[in-house]
Amino acid sequence: MSFKHENVETNAGVLLVLTMIAISVGGMVEIAPLFFIKDTTENVAGVRPYTPLESRGRDIYVREGCYTCHSQMIRPFRDEQLRYGHYSLAAESKYDHPFQWGSKRTGPDLARVGAKYSNEWHVQHLLKPTSVVPESVMPNYPWLLSTKLDISDIGDRMRALRITGVPYSANQEEYEHNVKQFGEAVAKTLVIADAQKNLVAQATDGNYDGDRGSVSEMDALVAYLQVLGTMVDFSKIKPEELVKFR
Amino acid sequence: MAEKTPTQAQTTGHVWDDDLQEFNNPLPVWWTYTFYVTIVFALVYWVVYPSWPIGKSFLPGVNTITYKNAAGQEESWHWNTRSKLLMETQAAAVAQKPYFDKLAALPYDKIAKDPELSSFVVSAGKVVFSENCAACHQAGGQGKVGFFPNLTDDDWIYGGSPEKINETITKGRHGYMPPFSDALSGAQIDELAHYVASLSGLKADAAKVAKGKELFHSHVAACYYCHNDDAKGRKDIGSANLTDKVWLWADVPGAADDAGKIAAIRKVIVGGLDKGVMPSWQGRLSEQQIKLLTVYVHELGGGK
Repeated sequence: MSFKHENVETNAGVLLVLTMIAISVGGMVEIAPLFFIKDTTENVAGVRPYTPLESRGRDIYVREGCYTCHSQMIRPFRDEQLRYGHYSLAAESKYDHPFQWGSKRTGPDLARVGAKYSNEWHVQHLLKPTSVVPESVMPNYPWLLSTKLDISDIGDRMRALRITGVPYSANQEEYEHNVKQFGEAVAKTLVIADAQKNLVAQATDGNYDGDRGSVSEMDALVAYLQVLGTMVDFSKIKPEELVKFR
Repeated sequence: MAEKTPTQAQTTGHVWDDDLQEFNNPLPVWWTYTFYVTIVFALVYWVVYPSWPIGKSFLPGVNTITYKNAAGQEESWHWNTRSKLLMETQAAAVAQKPYFDKLAALPYDKIAKDPELSSFVVSAGKVVFSENCAACHQAGGQGKVGFFPNLTDDDWIYGGSPEKINETITKGRHGYMPPFSDALSGAQIDELAHYVASLSGLKADAAKVAKGKELFHSHVAACYYCHNDDAKGRKDIGSANLTDKVWLWADVPGAADDAGKIAAIRKVIVGGLDKGVMPSWQGRLSEQQIKLLTVYVHELGGGK
């Protein structure tokens, strides 16, 4: 059989195989090298996995579909930099599975919303956005404050993330490795066995929802929002350093 | 139905339902050439811009971006969006430099007297304020009772001088008042509420006011410790002035009647405050931007 155009087009099996080969070449050239080029993920200090409370907050962020209106990806354009802050780095979402970059901005980008507003503002804004931003079209999320956070399966959730490569520690050896990489304070929050204890402690100390007594879904979500984009200290990085990576 | 004569066009040879055939016409010439042009375009693009991966690196392309950095030295990078952003940021910084230099050099009292600089503060400050401050303090700086202080009146929790405003923006603030529900009885709290209401000219029960006044200055409630003997508050710790008609935490303006106003004051005494958090903007905003905002906020109305 000769590979004349007509032969390929009139033979579904051959067409299928050749199409798959063509797509594979595209994938090999465009995607595969990113796993090997060392500079794809910038080597910056400060990026750490989410604490148990922040991680649960992220689950709620995904559950409520926040990503359908909010992106978490500041592009390297001047207007975005002026409004949202430093452009996002690949390294900043290396522990996000899946990442929340998004491409739809009905609301503003949230990649650097952490520490920008007070906890109180976030609580009030999530309960009733128009009470603080009159022109907002965001829906109300009143149940976050009244729903107790389910923390029973936090260990399983961390174990699942560990499989994807997030360094939550399941044994002493992994803990010690985390101490070296992130320091003791952070490493302690990554211990799977202590997850529930750490989660409650962070919610109580942080007072994210304005009530230290109980851990609500609001506690988790606000804790998550308050850490977004705050891990890397850009005052310690020269802008020229990051240009090399692209 | 009349039988159709076969067309002159080529067909693939497939025939369905007696007379249904598939054309196999050549592609239009304009389409074919456009396709070739896109291939040539891709080749040129590969050479000019970052493209093919090679081993553990990639082709950076021959195109470069050159600009003068903040120190005045020329820098050059292979073309990419990050270096393009650096170039644009640098160009904007150069354009704004005369204004920011002047802003940084002049003392606060002279800035308002310079019309050109004032108009720069109003236009540039509004942009920074809208993106960073308006979420809490609202677009015009009028704040929100129960949450965020009004910046347009002349009542300042931490002081309304430019220096104090600058400190507030730079370092952030955290309001605190202990809850008195355990330390005081319900009757005592009621008496205090009446006294506090009377301080700003609200209707209050005279007998309770007298008792509340005594409590206020006693070691039992010790209100005077933070709010001062004259109840005008202390700006160094951010305790409220209770003698004016400005309300932030007790929703007195929103109360329907006199009893509601007393209840609003009671609520604050009972529960205390562990809020009033203003984030620190050091790090997120530059020193220049903070000075710009200081002047802007000072000019909003009530600066001292």
